[in-house]
Amino acid sequence: MSAISEAVLAGEQEGDYSAVDKARVVEALSRVLPAGSLMYESEDLKPYECDGLSAYRQMPMVVVLPTTEDQVVSILKICHELQVPVVARGAGTGLSGGATPHAFGVLLSLARFNRILSVDPHSRLAVVQPGVRNLAISEAVAVHELYYAPDPSSQIACTIGGNVAENSGGVHCLKYGLTVHNVLKVRGVTIAGEIVEFGSLAPDAPGYDLLAAVIGSEGMLAVVTEVVVKLTPKPQLAQCVLAAFDDVVKAGDAVAAIIAAGIIPAGLEMMDQPATVAVEDFVHAGYPLDAKAILLCESDGTPEEVADEIARMRQVLEAGGATEVRVSRDEAERMRFWAGRKAAFPAAGRLSPDYYCMDGTIPRKRVGEMLEAIQSMERKYDLRCINVFHAGDGNLHPLILFDANQPGELERAEEFGADILELSVELGGTVTGEHGVGIEKINQMCSQFTRPELAMFFRVKAAFDPAGLLNPGKAIPTLNRCAEYGRIRVSGGQLPHPELPRF
Amino acid sequence: MKEVIERWQARVRQAASAGTPLRIQGGGSKDFYGGSCAGESFDTRELSGVVSYEPTELVVTVHGGTPLVELENVLAGQGQMLAFEPPHFGPGATVGGAVATGLSGPRRLAAGAVRDFVLGVRIIDGRGDLLSFGGQVMKNVAGYDVSRLVCGSLGTLGPIVDVSLKVLPRPALEASLRFAMNEAEAVEALNRWGGQPLPISASAWHGGVLMVRLSGAPAAVASAVTRLGGETVPDPEATSFWISVREQQHAFFADSTENGGVLWRLAVPTAAPWLGLDGDQLIEWGGGLRWLRTAASAERVRERAIALGGHATRFRGGEASVPAFQPLSPALMQIQRQLKQAFDPAGIFNPGRLYNGF
Repeated sequence: MSAISEAVLAGEQEGDYSAVDKARVVEALSRVLPAGSLMYESEDLKPYECDGLSAYRQMPMVVVLPTTEDQVVSILKICHELQVPVVARGAGTGLSGGATPHAFGVLLSLARFNRILSVDPHSRLAVVQPGVRNLAISEAVAVHELYYAPDPSSQIACTIGGNVAENSGGVHCLKYGLTVHNVLKVRGVTIAGEIVEFGSLAPDAPGYDLLAAVIGSEGMLAVVTEVVVKLTPKPQLAQCVLAAFDDVVKAGDAVAAIIAAGIIPAGLEMMDQPATVAVEDFVHAGYPLDAKAILLCESDGTPEEVADEIARMRQVLEAGGATEVRVSRDEAERMRFWAGRKAAFPAAGRLSPDYYCMDGTIPRKRVGEMLEAIQSMERKYDLRCINVFHAGDGNLHPLILFDANQPGELERAEEFGADILELSVELGGTVTGEHGVGIEKINQMCSQFTRPELAMFFRVKAAFDPAGLLNPGKAIPTLNRCAEYGRIRVSGGQLPHPELPRF
Repeated sequence: MKEVIERWQARVRQAASAGTPLRIQGGGSKDFYGGSCAGESFDTRELSGVVSYEPTELVVTVHGGTPLVELENVLAGQGQMLAFEPPHFGPGATVGGAVATGLSGPRRLAAGAVRDFVLGVRIIDGRGDLLSFGGQVMKNVAGYDVSRLVCGSLGTLGPIVDVSLKVLPRPALEASLRFAMNEAEAVEALNRWGGQPLPISASAWHGGVLMVRLSGAPAAVASAVTRLGGETVPDPEATSFWISVREQQHAFFADSTENGGVLWRLAVPTAAPWLGLDGDQLIEWGGGLRWLRTAASAERVRERAIALGGHATRFRGGEASVPAFQPLSPALMQIQRQLKQAFDPAGIFNPGRLYNGF
């Protein structure tokens, strides 16, 4: 097998793995894996052809389902020696194509690493395998009045290993943080087959903070085999306020006003009218359908604390022009308020054969501008878009509705999405808040970063994975790709053709 | 500011081509921390001041050379704060120094460390390129998290031009409680309370006395005071106590390095039992941070730290031949070296400050 070229290592061009010898790879893997853990016939590979970004499909060459860390070590050593790309996969719920298979690669599923190894309620931590579902952790520790705080919408299905790869957030991360704030230690295996531990059970670890580098690295630096998560005491009480507004900009301003009042809500979400109408039909959350936008603000803590905070929120919301303010009277009503928000994606699926979910994050004060721009993009691309936001942290999830069976609609939806992401960068934000770059937003990375910054990302990768075999072609665009895309960011925040209007 | 940045870039390029080590330095208040390094002084205070601050966005962007006290005053003016409560260790402390050392204060266990609040950085790498990572928004997963890599890197990856930090509102009320407890009782109580929804924002145990600080809404603080018991410590005594712990002006730290004494910083799991080392201890962060003055050898201290699942830093004093930071496994050391090489191929930034060779 030929060595990897300098240009590939420097991130200038993508590697060519077409010379990988499938028979040889299968033969080597069959020596370290039992029959049920190795698949290479196309009918077995089909379920792995895509993740949550189903518009992109690619059959893997081989799928492996190891059950032990030793097997992971052996698999990676073989792939390293034979120069075969490796794509790690959890539940496959990712929305950016981070687990899209490589045509000449091994898809390494961690689905069988599904055990909670230990729970230590006194130290408030749990040791889990990467294939454990996010919600399963909270369920397992509920008896101790503890929970795992990050709660991505897909928490019923998504795995903690995938959460580590994407640095997943959720609706409560304004107050409780992202995956990076709630994971103490990650044990993993490098492409060379070495077992490494990032972070520690102590408050910090010596040297550079490799744990932070690995969290959100989209499977590009190491394969995770064990995760130690921090557990949080369950608040005694949570209550949710639903506020209606006759204008989206007023709703956006109310978000800023809540923060300005010194309140950090446990959750602060916004939905526009098309979104509330779409979900109301579906889950009957009781949302006011005449409102242009609604806010959901959650308070949690001791009963006294919650009562105090809710009163202050109500005051700020009313002063901000809310046409209606409702406070959840009991847990059932609180869950109903949230059910609507959490049903936004399935509701989009009912409205339209396909939808495309974006994930830009912008400074909160620019939300109004962004919404207006999205409205004009709806006209430009002749597609509908419904908007749900993690308003508290400026993370937007516009859902662009389209029908892939109508010629040209997928392309228009992708261009629509690309426009939103580029506007996010222009407004001082980022192309991805919590879903990851994967293959989906790889071109927009060219707009967000300069050539030296992209080159540095490749060097960081090489420090962990010198051979460049872990998830190649994802997350960081090659410099050649950016040159072709023609939108590499230039220093000083100036975009090419600043004279052109952008919507 | 642009001229200063360009001058810095030119200076870095020149130093890299000549192989001249640069000693990146702010106010020098934390010079004692880490390995010693020689080199031409590179004073970050040339770039000072708040670049942008929007209280309702909970984000401040500030030049690395800005005095920490200046930033804290600006934030206090808007009822906000740096929730990681960074130690100053001297009047000259800068924001860049707080980020580069990665040191956090009493609120760390409740609120998070410096690294938990860094949203973005601009640095100059060893090629003289001005690089921007992260940004000014709360959630950002575009590219590897280089901003957090820079936290605690002690300047070895390059000078910090500016940094964006998440800030939080100051708590409406704080109250401190005092308990008479031995070490084992204190560690047990802190972990037990840690599993309950209590607004504990700091803890410090020394010499049979446990101090606990509560922060939050008045109603929450009041109910916790009732629930926990103990003796209420009034202000200004309480406030000055927490400052003395953060700034290491507490009697425990006095003359800790006289007569060849060493002050060790042991980070361990919060519920770790007695260290099994002779000497005097001050315990913070719910049991996770143990300051130790001991005559025990470095080998013995580090062996115990590892056995307990943590690591030991030679924080102040001691022999320069003893590495400041706990040695890493060969696989981790190799990754760290390669990262250093990625940012600073000529090895000019603070060589030796973190580990031997870098």
